[in-house]
Amino acid sequence: MRDKAVYVLGIIAAALLVNDMLHIIGLPDEKMQGAVFKIIFFHVPVAFTALTACGVSMIASALFLITRNFLFDALAVAVTEVGLAFLAANLVTGSIWGRETWGIWWTWDARLTSALICWVLYASYLMLRKSIEEPTQRAIFAAVFSIFCFIDVPIVIFSIKWWRTQHPQPVFWAGGSFPADWAPYFWFNVLAMMLLGAAMTLVRLRDEESQRELESLRRMANAY
Amino acid sequence: MEFLRQVLVVAHKDVRAELRTKEAVNASFAFALVVLLLFSFAFDPESETMKEMAGGLLWIVYAFAGALVLNRSFARELPNDCLDGLVAAPTPGAALFLGKALANYALVLAVELISLPVFGIFYSMNLMPFLPQLLLVIALGAWALTVIGTMFSALTVNIRLREVMLPMMTYPILAPALMGAMRLTATLVQGGGLGGDMATWLKLLIAFDAVYTVAALALVDFVLVG
Repeated sequence: MRDKAVYVLGIIAAALLVNDMLHIIGLPDEKMQGAVFKIIFFHVPVAFTALTACGVSMIASALFLITRNFLFDALAVAVTEVGLAFLAANLVTGSIWGRETWGIWWTWDARLTSALICWVLYASYLMLRKSIEEPTQRAIFAAVFSIFCFIDVPIVIFSIKWWRTQHPQPVFWAGGSFPADWAPYFWFNVLAMMLLGAAMTLVRLRDEESQRELESLRRMANAY
Repeated sequence: MEFLRQVLVVAHKDVRAELRTKEAVNASFAFALVVLLLFSFAFDPESETMKEMAGGLLWIVYAFAGALVLNRSFARELPNDCLDGLVAAPTPGAALFLGKALANYALVLAVELISLPVFGIFYSMNLMPFLPQLLLVIALGAWALTVIGTMFSALTVNIRLREVMLPMMTYPILAPALMGAMRLTATLVQGGGLGGDMATWLKLLIAFDAVYTVAALALVDFVLVG
C-alpha cells in the first residue's frame, strides 16, 4: 500500500516538474538578470521543502519523546536526510545564481550564512546519530538535538529582516515584483518539490525500517 | 526554594571539585593563551584593521577555550558511575542541569576574565573606557556558550568521539549568539556604543540566552533520565 503511494507521489511530482519546466523555458528572460533569473523557480521551492522537512523532523522528534514510538524516530531521521539534500540543492542553485548575478560563488550575507549554518546543524544531527550505538539513547538524544536545531530555523527566516543583507528581498509578498501570471508555475514547482520530498522520505523511511528489522533479527539470532 | 537549594548544592560541588584539581580551568586558560599567540601570526597585530578583527578574535578564543571546560562537565562524573548516582538522587534533572550550568558559567567567566587583560596587552587595546559594556556582552555571550555547551556535554557524555562531537554540535547552534557577541565587541573596541543598530544585536543575544535556557530546562530530563 505504502509502496504504491510512493510510486503515485513520485509520478505526480515528476509530471508536474516536467510540465512546469516546459512552461518555464517558454517564459521571457528577466530584463536585468537574463535567463538565470529562472533558477528562482527551483531555488525557492527546494528551500520551502527543506524548511518543511525541518519542521516535520521537529514534530516527529517531539512526538517520539512523548510517545516513545520508534516509527517517529525513523521518520525524523528519514525526513532530516531528505531535507539536508534539498537544502544542499538550495545552496547550490543559489551559488550558481550568485556567480551569474553578483560575479561570486559565495558571499557571507546573513541569509546565506544562516542557510549554511542550518545545513551544518542537520549534518551534525546525522553525525550524532552515527556515534551513538544504543538505539533508545540514540533516538532520545537525536530528538532533543533536533528540537534544539529547529529553534535555530526561525533565525534563518527572520534574519533577512533583522540584519542588513545582500540577498535579494522576497519578490512574492507585499510590494514584490514577481509577475502574477508566472506565479502558478512557481507554486506548481513548490507542490512538485514537496511531493518529491515526501516520496523520497517514504522511500528512506522504508529503508530505515527494514534496517531496524534486520538489526533486531540479528540480535535475536545472536541471543540463541 | 528547595529547587534553588538543590541547584546551589550541585553548583557548589562542581566548583569545589574543579578548584581542587583546577585541571579544566588551567587547560582552558593555557589554550586561550596559545590561540592568542597564534593569532598574532595570522595577521599584523599592529595594524589599524586589528580593531575591526578584535571582537571576532576574542570570541573565537572564548568559544574554543570554553569548550574545554564544558567538555569536562559531565565527563567528570563518569568514573565510579557518579553520573548514575547524581541522576538517581532525589533532585529534578532541571536542578542538576542548572547547577552544573552555573558552575560552568563561573569557570568559563573566570577563564574569560583572566584572558581579557592578556588580550588587551598583547594587542595593545585600552579596554578601560568601555569596560562595563564589554563585561555585559561577555556575561551574555558566556551564558549562551555555557547553556548550550552544558546541554550538549550531557548529550555527548557517553558517545564515541566526544571531544569532536561537542564542538561540532555547539558552534553551529551558537553561531547567532557568537555573531552578535563579536559584532558588539568589535563596535565597542572601535569606540561605538550599544545603542542604535547594536541594540538589535544585544536583544538577539538576550533572546538567545532566554530561549535556549528554557529549552534546555524543558528537555534535560529526557537526556539524563531517558
